[in-house]
Amino acid sequence: MWLPSYATPSERLSRILVVGFAVAVLLFLIAPLFIIVPLSFSKDPFFTLPVREYSLRWYEDLFGNPRWFNAMVNSAVAAVLTTILATTLGTLAALGIARPDFPYRRAIMALLISPMIVPIVIVAVGSYLFFGQFGLTNTRAGLVFAHTALATPFVVITVTATLSTYDTNLTRAAHSLGASGLSAFFRVTLPNILPGMVSGAIFAFATSFDEVVVALFLTAAEQRTLPVQMFSGIRDQINPTIMAAATMLLTLSILLFVALALLTRKKTR
Amino acid sequence: MASMQTGTHAGGRSSDALVRFTQVKKSYDGIHYVVKDLNLDVAKGEFLTMLGPSGSGKTTTLMMLGGFERPTLGQIMLDGKPVERLPPEKRNIGFVFQNYALFPHMTVAENVGFPLRYRGIKGEAAREKVARALGRVSLEAMGDRRPAQLSGGQQQRVALARALVFEPSLVLMDEPLGALDKQLRERMQIEIKHLQTSLGITMVYVTHDQSEALTMSDRIAVFHDGRIQQLADPKTLYNAPENRFVAGFIGENNTMPCTLVGHENGLAVVRMADGSILKSAGAAQASAGGDLSLSVRPENIAQADGQPAPGTNLFSGTVTEVFFLGDHLRLSVTAFAGQAVTARIPVSAARGFKPGETVHLSCNAADCRLLEG
Ligand SMILES: Nc1ncnc2c1ncn2[C@@H]1O[C@H](COP(=O)(O)OP(=O)(O)OP(=O)(O)O)[C@@H](O)[C@H]1O
Ligand SMILES: [Mg+2]
Repeated sequence: MWLPSYATPSERLSRILVVGFAVAVLLFLIAPLFIIVPLSFSKDPFFTLPVREYSLRWYEDLFGNPRWFNAMVNSAVAAVLTTILATTLGTLAALGIARPDFPYRRAIMALLISPMIVPIVIVAVGSYLFFGQFGLTNTRAGLVFAHTALATPFVVITVTATLSTYDTNLTRAAHSLGASGLSAFFRVTLPNILPGMVSGAIFAFATSFDEVVVALFLTAAEQRTLPVQMFSGIRDQINPTIMAAATMLLTLSILLFVALALLTRKKTR
Repeated sequence: MASMQTGTHAGGRSSDALVRFTQVKKSYDGIHYVVKDLNLDVAKGEFLTMLGPSGSGKTTTLMMLGGFERPTLGQIMLDGKPVERLPPEKRNIGFVFQNYALFPHMTVAENVGFPLRYRGIKGEAAREKVARALGRVSLEAMGDRRPAQLSGGQQQRVALARALVFEPSLVLMDEPLGALDKQLRERMQIEIKHLQTSLGITMVYVTHDQSEALTMSDRIAVFHDGRIQQLADPKTLYNAPENRFVAGFIGENNTMPCTLVGHENGLAVVRMADGSILKSAGAAQASAGGDLSLSVRPENIAQADGQPAPGTNLFSGTVTEVFFLGDHLRLSVTAFAGQAVTARIPVSAARGFKPGETVHLSCNAADCRLLEG
């Protein structure tokens, strides 16, 4: 980081500029943290910094107000269902694609990954129009299906990565020792690809829990998720409960990130 | 002993074969056959080795027998029943993979106990069997470890114990010692052979290490290019190779082009490139007219002494190189108009050779083979 004593003045200057720029970018990225978190504990109903008096009233509102509380429950239910569906489907897809005799592997992989690349508004409008024909708009099932489409690519990618280091001779060995297809899968394949599945599941959960655009299109008041509630909260009456909700989301994201980091560290060891 | 042909007919087969391949062909891509017309019997209790260079179809053959690949054509019989459509889990065959394929998330004892639950063996009975299997490979104390906590040789033994614990009548091994160092390999060769004979197991073993094959096998099938080139016991294979490939693959051999000029006392009479006449055994395989070579091992060439016995070939050449290798000398000679010949001469019988000088050498006609090609 620090320059040797023989550095020229211009080298010193450029080093100072680079370090200064990096620090500025970092501050810019984490600045919201320093605003949102303190505001969520403020007693004032207005956004004033520095915080004059601390309280938990916005958290009380978040858990006490049925609109906010239902939104949190809706988000949690949708995220859990999405995680279960996406992890199951994504794992099955990755297993199929990994077979040596699988045809058109690249094309089908690209198709499976496409929800990650297509602009989210297009996914939202597309699923709104498509699900409308089956009465799936304004239902929890519709939201879960759309989120599953968005979340499955993460699982496909993480499980495919784990499978690339999986030794297929393990499955063969299990068969030669007497295990049928299903038994060999659950006792040998699954435990060995579990880290990839769990990473994928964490991504899937976060994808659904944070997602706002598709949820805006597909939910009515009854299925409204936390991000949608925050979004409409900003439009209607600005209220520090949003800050409490944002802090909750932030905490969850950090927890998921830590879980992921612990998981990958264990895997590489 | 069970017999076998590499031709299209399969006559003279004995009935006590545990494994029988009949005209088996295998192609992965529908164009190239990597196994071509395989006919092979493995007798009960036999140690049969498939030996051959990389890509010759050994693993493919073993995979078909294990049930992991289906033959494109032909029939595989196990204990008298056709098994081409039987999945591996129904074959009751022990399989040891080159990389051992131990389950990394299970302990050694759980690995070895894995096949028992599918055979209805539980609780105390299973624990006893696992302990006995680990005892056989001297790993009693390692039951609670994970495979990653074992050395390569110990992992190999666990794989062996796991393949033997359910007492299969047939065990297949695909280069099981390939990852071990030379000393450990040699010890494991003896241990595997000992287990095989003491348990009366039928073994089909794949290797590309010829000394391993010669040490362990009752019979060796030499694979090349998807075909069995020769199937014989180690001694026959070493002393009487049937074709140029086998002669060159097993041990070291001088193969020298020649033409057949006649027969005398059951020996073939051949003319070498420089016109000199030699005699050779193995005339039965040689049909006059085709390309022939005379093959003789370096250790069967000696320095010519005063009174050559009848049936001894004499020839001379120019020394090009001499290497001292402890108990013997390796002599490279140019003879028969430019043909390189290698001789192994015991140090006790050797005098000082110098490059450039002419030496007189001899080899017994009985030690020479006449091969096609
Ligand atoms: N799953 C597969 N798909 C396509 N081709 C294959 C497959 N397995 C093997 N082959 C081809 O079949 C041929 C024979 O392979 P095989 O593995 O049987 O050889 P091998 O005798 O076991 O060689 P090695 O000593 O290198 O293990 C090779 O040319 C190989 O490329
Ligand atoms: Mg092989």
